[in-house]
Amino acid sequence: MSEQSKKYGAGGLIKRVFVKVGVLPFFLLAALVIFTALSSKFLTGQNLVNVARQSVYLVLVSLGQMLVLISGGFDLSVGTAIALTSVVSASAMVFFAGLFPDAIWLAILLGAFAGFAAALLVGMVNGLGVAYFDVSPFIMTLGVSSVGAGLALFLTGGVPVSGLPFEFADTFGFGRLWGIPVPVLIAVICIVVMWVFMSRTRLGTQIYAVGGNLKAAHLSAINTKRTLMLAYMVCALIASLTGLLLTARVESGEANLGGTIALESIAACVIAGVSLRGGIGRVENVVLGAFFIVLVQNGMNLAQVSSYMQMVLLGVLLILAVIFDQLRYRIIMSGR
Amino acid sequence: MQSTKLVETRGLTKRYPGVLALNGVDFDLEAGEVHVLFGENGAGKSTLISMLAGANSPTEGTITLNGQALAFSSVADAQRAGIYTVFQEFSLIPTLTVAENIFLGWEPMRGPFVDHRAMRRRAHDMFEELDFPIDPTAITASLSRAQQQMVEITKAFHGDLSVLILDEPTASLTDREVDHLFGFIASLKERGVGIIYISHRIQEFQRIADRVTVLRDGARIGTVAMAETDEHALVEMMTGRAITEIYPQIAHTPGDVLATAEGLVTSGVSAASLEIRAGEVLGIAGLVGSGKSRLFRAMMGLAPRLGGKVTLKGQDVTRAPTRAILKAGMYYLSPDRKAEGLDLAKTSNDNLALNLVMGGTGVSRMGFINWKEVRAESARIADYVELHAGYRPKLVSQLSGGNQQKVLFGKCFGQEADIYVFDEPTVGVDMGTRSALYRLIQQLAEAGKAVVVISSDLPEVLNLSHRMLVLAHGRISAELSGDEMVEELVLKHFFDESGAKA
Repeated sequence: MSEQSKKYGAGGLIKRVFVKVGVLPFFLLAALVIFTALSSKFLTGQNLVNVARQSVYLVLVSLGQMLVLISGGFDLSVGTAIALTSVVSASAMVFFAGLFPDAIWLAILLGAFAGFAAALLVGMVNGLGVAYFDVSPFIMTLGVSSVGAGLALFLTGGVPVSGLPFEFADTFGFGRLWGIPVPVLIAVICIVVMWVFMSRTRLGTQIYAVGGNLKAAHLSAINTKRTLMLAYMVCALIASLTGLLLTARVESGEANLGGTIALESIAACVIAGVSLRGGIGRVENVVLGAFFIVLVQNGMNLAQVSSYMQMVLLGVLLILAVIFDQLRYRIIMSGR
Repeated sequence: MQSTKLVETRGLTKRYPGVLALNGVDFDLEAGEVHVLFGENGAGKSTLISMLAGANSPTEGTITLNGQALAFSSVADAQRAGIYTVFQEFSLIPTLTVAENIFLGWEPMRGPFVDHRAMRRRAHDMFEELDFPIDPTAITASLSRAQQQMVEITKAFHGDLSVLILDEPTASLTDREVDHLFGFIASLKERGVGIIYISHRIQEFQRIADRVTVLRDGARIGTVAMAETDEHALVEMMTGRAITEIYPQIAHTPGDVLATAEGLVTSGVSAASLEIRAGEVLGIAGLVGSGKSRLFRAMMGLAPRLGGKVTLKGQDVTRAPTRAILKAGMYYLSPDRKAEGLDLAKTSNDNLALNLVMGGTGVSRMGFINWKEVRAESARIADYVELHAGYRPKLVSQLSGGNQQKVLFGKCFGQEADIYVFDEPTVGVDMGTRSALYRLIQQLAEAGKAVVVISSDLPEVLNLSHRMLVLAHGRISAELSGDEMVEELVLKHFFDESGAKA
């Protein structure tokens, strides 16, 4: 190996890092250099903490998205799950708060569960379509995303649901526990749970196996349909949790939450080395990938790039990441 | 002076980081000869032909065609020069018809439009000439693997074919189809086409080879005229040691009936009944399309069970899903390790670990995995199937066919089973690996497990089985045991027409 690295020099090192961890380190480095040069405010402790706080929502959704990507599909309806959760939970909270004005936490809890249930339904429909009716994940989740978005708008008539219990936003939107923002804490817990789930449990192993080779998984006594269902349902559930946190943050139930998050979460995962062919991906990298996307958005804001231009750049980034993923896959499979 | 040399390589070398895949190989092919490349997996055969075919370029050394130095940058380049390669991986597009596949890129035109009628007619004529019974209008995906292989070979007949490279062409063919192929190779020879032929089936060499080049560890061991050598000498050259016995003697201690099928019906199989016993190797022989694989896929729940009854250890499992049958102790080894056997983008260790985890090794009651325990166990299995330690952390896609098959076999031992159904257990596997796999089959049977070997390789079934079933046209045409298990008798039952629909 040492002989090789001497022979190939820096190029060899770059290639090895690329094959091992993917394109993320290079993107991250480039982003840091470019945005530090563009804005003096970018590389400050205050700003990075800010980015970390803002990235919570994308990190969470990306974790769910990763699950579905590893299982060999993808989920375009995460944004819809967020919107539906927001609208349903907010409406339910307002309703129950009127019913039990003295037990406000009970109302919040019931509202949250109503939101979870709505999202779970979204995940279940996705899973049923993909696992049992062999609909392609693209069409299935695209269709569900339209259905869900339509329902969310229909339920509210397009008007945000306001009048949420004060405690809800105060705790989950702006609260701190031991000096740490509550959403950050929730995200950390989810990351740890997801990491243990994917690397230490049989169910996690099954998801990797199903995405790697569905038929081989079937012949290894795995219930492939149930495993796929699980992936879509957990993904929807995490998106739902994100929806709840966002609802608390904006203090109202809104049907337009999560509009761009499907694209962003897929980009975060792919940049983090999750294979679009399924079977490959790591939790810790996905967290970094989501952080990277938010970092870039923050950097562009500081550099006063218009939000329209930001959309352009995000799309380009996603396509580049997929191209590099393809390249990496080729190198890995050919064994060079 | 070397005008008869069609293809010649000098000092051909291919170096990958850390691996010398091919080491200064001199090779030549004359017009109108069949030159066999022989060697174990990883000996460099595939590397050599990949460079001749234009799929790969050499690190050092030269390739000349008719005396002219060549450097191919792509497979299409090589094809333009008249070198056509039929790889093990097919280049057919499953959604197109057979005729469209054959003429892909060479479509006969009428004005600006593709002349489909001429295409079909010419495809039909080509099949007629080659005596391949294939319908040119069929969708390629609906063909069997053997038929797809025939289409792939037919594709080579465009332009001025001067060199045909066949990589394991008979791996998925039955004897009758092999006869077709050989007849057709002979006619090509007469036309002056040079043929490079890669195979592990040493018994074929007598019939078609003019010369044999043996490779080992990337180097050429020697080139001999087939007329001046024999199988034993070749195996010795290939392995560096003599293999006196390829097939082990398996002790026969038949025990209880573990599984039965009664009047099982699935598409292509009508009313098949059989018994699988402990401590016995049951061989299943038949032509491709005879239903021998489908019968067991139906038993496993992988193909629809349209009638009849399947029992496993006395329990009716006619409606049970595949995973329930697997868990109840009946294991099925897929004939297609790439499509439904292995996860190619994972390491050998991870592939083995999956079955261990599903079998419950190192898994707590809560479903948490103790990877240390799983790793230790997968190392033990890898030792058992004689998978070299260096291959274990490698991606399966990077392993040779033989080593992939060892991993596939290793997966059987992750879950506890009493019945092992091996469907084409040695497809595309070299001699050394074969005998290792046969020893595993022996150990299973002698440990009191029931073993079923389904194979298109008749010597394999004959030599391993204690009892065998012959399938023809979707029916069991004979059950043979003991002295009845001889090639002539089996072949007779292969063509048994009694079950055919007139």
